[in-house]
Amino acid sequence: MRALAAFVAVCALAGSAGVRAQQPAAAARSARDRAAIDITGYWVSYVTENWRYRMVTPAKGEYRRIPSSRAAIPIINAWDPAADERAGRQCKSYGAGNIMSVPGRLHITWQDADTLKIETDAGMQTRLLQFAPRNSATAGATARSWQGQSTATWEPAAGGGGSLRVFTRNLEPGYLRKNGVPYSEQTTVTENFDLAPLADGGKLLLVNTVIEDPIYLNAPYVVSPHFKKEPDGSKWDPTPCSASW
Amino acid sequence: MLSKLVAACVVVLTASTASAQFEFAGSWAPIGTEDVQNDSVPVDYLGLALTDEARTRALTYDESQKSMIERQCEGWGAAYLVLGPFGLRVSSQIDPVTNRVVSYTIGAWEDWNEMVIWMDDRPRPSDHALRTQAGFTLGHWEGGALVAKTTHFKGGFIRKTGVPLSDNAVIDWRFYRHGDIVTVLMIATDPVYLVEPEIVSKGFRLSPRPLDYRAGCVTGYEGHEPLAAVPHFDPAQNPFADEFVKLYHLPKEAVLGYRETLYPEYRKKIKDTYVPPPPCTDSCGAAGNFVVRR
Repeated sequence: MRALAAFVAVCALAGSAGVRAQQPAAAARSARDRAAIDITGYWVSYVTENWRYRMVTPAKGEYRRIPSSRAAIPIINAWDPAADERAGRQCKSYGAGNIMSVPGRLHITWQDADTLKIETDAGMQTRLLQFAPRNSATAGATARSWQGQSTATWEPAAGGGGSLRVFTRNLEPGYLRKNGVPYSEQTTVTENFDLAPLADGGKLLLVNTVIEDPIYLNAPYVVSPHFKKEPDGSKWDPTPCSASW
Repeated sequence: MLSKLVAACVVVLTASTASAQFEFAGSWAPIGTEDVQNDSVPVDYLGLALTDEARTRALTYDESQKSMIERQCEGWGAAYLVLGPFGLRVSSQIDPVTNRVVSYTIGAWEDWNEMVIWMDDRPRPSDHALRTQAGFTLGHWEGGALVAKTTHFKGGFIRKTGVPLSDNAVIDWRFYRHGDIVTVLMIATDPVYLVEPEIVSKGFRLSPRPLDYRAGCVTGYEGHEPLAAVPHFDPAQNPFADEFVKLYHLPKEAVLGYRETLYPEYRKKIKDTYVPPPPCTDSCGAAGNFVVRR
């Protein structure tokens, strides 16, 4: 019995000492220095899924595969891209709820040591992933935007590697699909960025995405668009938002 | 005594921080919010980069082949794990001596054979070993993901629409778990039938209730006499070749799986020629997951 007690005590001491030793070091290091994976560079959409909903504009009124709520149906059926253009709302399908599914290229860089920047050539959007989030009490007071406010954390795996987790809120209402399937300003987007090697030596970026909306979705909408790494930005082609295409 | 305690501590602390692994055993229900194959359209190769040989062979396929009594219980190959509609029923087999996982088994469905992922570093079979529908799969943990590779499967299909996959193909798998969601990433490479890999990722949510898709396959007469000819089409005269094109005004080269259609440049190329289909009036919602056959 005494041996067991000693064992527990020794383990507890060893464990807490380890944790104490790691905490200051982790706090002092920037997110860039602590990066579990490196997702910087140019990436291109590789559209092997949801092709019919991403590469062309689907028929008005079609929301197959999206668990839209009853409240969303009138909005889906009233979609009017010309009206969106006139209202200057042509970027509604380029918000954080859909931007990673829009076929195009990503340019991911470190804006500073604690902020990852994702630029898209399709729709010319910029997402900022903050590893040092602002005070949560004031976060809700910032203006809503297409890309909202994103907080990021590394999820390192023992032995190396891991994942990037991003939580986004404070969004302008937008579309989950080009043909006007809506998400509301209460939407949150949770993404996990993972890397995988390809047989030809390339890299694949997989973005596991869970979109939750208490207004226009009956259940979380889950998609996982993926991107191939490109050697440089020679194919980067900034294109403004379009409400119809 | 102290040295033994410290050694035991190391074991305990190492085990408790081994977050490179996640619990995979359990039941995982399909989420089904992404579309890979529209299932009921016979000629649908969207999202694939096929060789000319694959395209021609796919166009010969008549789905009534599956009504032949000798093919009714053939099932589908390993790729159907992410292409089929079912969930995952995963069990782990533990070595009682070492307490290590020897293998994970993803349980069979009525038209899919179980997949065993061997985790014990056993050697891969000889190139001349028997090939099966399920193939042979070795796995290991890497960067928080379960990584596996399947080889030694029979030549079969990568889509239910008859798109072939050769027995020279290799399927690389990654299983990621984030919270209650497991995402299965499939990367299939095939030097015979694919110009570029077929990449599919599919989400599954942890189910509080056990899933059970087992159902014995029972053959029956479905209109084909034994020893009758294998149903097929002349690839140049497949009667369904234009069905998907007409239904959604899709470009034919996309429906037939040409490589360029997988990249954003293609979207810009067809921008000025694409005519959207008329508004959807039937089976437009989440429940209408399969297109309506005309």
